[in-house]
Amino acid sequence: METAIKVDNISKRYRIGVKEKRHDTVGGEILHMLISPFHNFRKYRSLYRFKGGVEGIDFDAEEQASPDIIWALKDVSFQVPPGEVLGLIGRNGAGKSTLLKILARITDPTTGYAEIQGRISSLLEVGTGFHPELTGRDNVFLNGTILGMKKREIEEKFDEIVHFSGVERFIDTPVKRYSSGMKVRLAFSVAAHLEPELLIIDEVLAVGDADFQAKCLNKMERIGQEGRTVLFVSHNMAAVTRLCSKALLLEGGRVVNSGSAHEVVGAYLNSNLGVTSARRWADPEKAPGNAVVRLRGVRACDEKRVVREAFDIRKPIRLEMSFDVYASGRLLLPHFTVKNSEGVCAFITVDQDPEWRRRPRPAGTYVSTVMIPGNLLSEGMVYISVYCIALNPDGMMFGERNAIAFNVYDNLEGDSARGDYAKDIGGVVRPLLKWTTEYRPGGERADFSRTATEG
Amino acid sequence: MSKRVTYIRARSGWQVIDLQELKEYRDLFYFLVLRNIKVMYAQTILGFAWAILNPLIQIIVFSVVFGRVAKVSTEGLPYALFSSVAIIPWTYMQEAMTQSSQSLVQGQNMLGKVYFPRLIFPLSPAFARLVDFMISMLLLSFVMFWYRVPPTWNLLYFPVFLLFMVMVASGVGMWLSSFAIRYRDFKYAMPFVMKMLIYSAPIVYSAASIPAKYRLVYSLNPIVGVIEGFRATLLGTPMPWDYIWPGMLIAVLMFFTGALYFKRMERVFVDVI
Repeated sequence: METAIKVDNISKRYRIGVKEKRHDTVGGEILHMLISPFHNFRKYRSLYRFKGGVEGIDFDAEEQASPDIIWALKDVSFQVPPGEVLGLIGRNGAGKSTLLKILARITDPTTGYAEIQGRISSLLEVGTGFHPELTGRDNVFLNGTILGMKKREIEEKFDEIVHFSGVERFIDTPVKRYSSGMKVRLAFSVAAHLEPELLIIDEVLAVGDADFQAKCLNKMERIGQEGRTVLFVSHNMAAVTRLCSKALLLEGGRVVNSGSAHEVVGAYLNSNLGVTSARRWADPEKAPGNAVVRLRGVRACDEKRVVREAFDIRKPIRLEMSFDVYASGRLLLPHFTVKNSEGVCAFITVDQDPEWRRRPRPAGTYVSTVMIPGNLLSEGMVYISVYCIALNPDGMMFGERNAIAFNVYDNLEGDSARGDYAKDIGGVVRPLLKWTTEYRPGGERADFSRTATEG
Repeated sequence: MSKRVTYIRARSGWQVIDLQELKEYRDLFYFLVLRNIKVMYAQTILGFAWAILNPLIQIIVFSVVFGRVAKVSTEGLPYALFSSVAIIPWTYMQEAMTQSSQSLVQGQNMLGKVYFPRLIFPLSPAFARLVDFMISMLLLSFVMFWYRVPPTWNLLYFPVFLLFMVMVASGVGMWLSSFAIRYRDFKYAMPFVMKMLIYSAPIVYSAASIPAKYRLVYSLNPIVGVIEGFRATLLGTPMPWDYIWPGMLIAVLMFFTGALYFKRMERVFVDVI
């Protein structure tokens, strides 16, 4: 099967501005002003001219040598099979938009090669080409042809497009009279009716209200299901894990991680916040605790005891803590606190193992495990704090706040608690509960004029 | 649907102009030209009447100043007639060249957000302003009727000079737009240059005033050829080929070199916006 997108060592160099030299004397400033046309000419020309070839270039060395040169992309390579929805994530300035611009043919790469099969439609902005003086109708045609549709195609889909946008009544009014929400809805409606083989989307979901964003996500999901290839750049990690099967993490112009979307997103979120889903204290002197007991490690794994950064919301999660007891004879209660990304405590779970309940603990190494069932936690980042208290006399033995963290994602396969609902769902927990329905056929018109207490 | 493959790599040097691609994007070209036309006179009461007013007022002013006051000779033709047939093609060229040279700067938002053949940018104004030209031609036909100018076979040359005129405007537009995006000085130079250029062609004066030894150099200016050509076409006077063919050659050269240079510099446009 041919690949839909093949990217081979693409790199892109830009020249950025540097601080202008200030002159100390008035004479110096005047002279500088007089010969400024020469400086200006060289400056503007250098925006696109660079010395030296580009074969085998050392990116970092050149950046060090010339402070006004920046390599936005450095040897980026990857392949995308047809029908895959690939997410592109990374911090601001990582190079995501530059990569998209190159694949959308808006700008040329400095070196490298890419090959794309099929018609490309790029949505880097909603409403490109919209002119405020033209009516909605004119702008639909203009925007549609800009995005790559043919006139006939737009004519056929025109009524659908207008209906989807909800601005039917205003379609013949100049767009400058539209509210910003209307403009965005119309523009997105045009884009939603594209049928390209490859769709490149850059954070268009960042504009518009929550309702609109949900609409976009639903549409995108459907596009992915139709077997089109989608390249999706976003900062909305939930959207990336929901819609993308694979993801690429860019940092400083390089691809630093690639793989399944939830793993890459999980690792990215963790690295951003400086937490991982597994932690060890190798040196007992530095481990949390006291003379009685010391915490040695915490980790989050799946059922097969493999440490993961991200977990399917439907699957159980094993939380393990290992601790060493040095002084025998104490009653210990290890427990975990589970918090969401906002810091709200979802629940606390205390060691319930009947083996050790009310049993003084002899010295030794312990590993206490709890299984959090699937379909309990909510989507998003989960922070685990680890504690151990002692009873009779009571006391806190060790406590490590936000010791580990992991990401919980929902693949929207339909059997989680969110069912077919694609919008953001709140809630600190998301249990999958059983619903039943009673139904009786027939439908007498109820008389609603009676008050609620009657009948 | 045919499987299209796009190859992306760094370009350098001279590029081939992809005519197939231009043909594919013709719907977009059509809508961009349409947009240009509709937007020009948006929310004006007079609308397209402005297409007539601009040349009309110039004709009146020049008739008074150069026809009555300065009494410039116009080979026996009434001054109003003499200048009308020249001012209307000149107005087209002035507007088309100015707008075409600014096309990349004005369209920089689209340039940076979506791909379509960049040549469409300078070519759109050249075609959009033809609508104004045609409307003004309507005015001109009334003037010609008023002065009882008989239609002659010369009118068959109209498409030739129309093509010539569009070539001049597009050629200049393609050259200048690729500079204007990099060096914004052109935005300030253009209005001034246009004011001077009007005197470089026989619009307000007759070409007969130019001494014979300078005729060839004078005719290298393609605008001269366009003006003299239209004058002879519409008024039925003998076609002064001596003034026309040097300009035609230059126009064809400018058009093709303009397109090639534009294509060559195309890859840097987005990086210098």
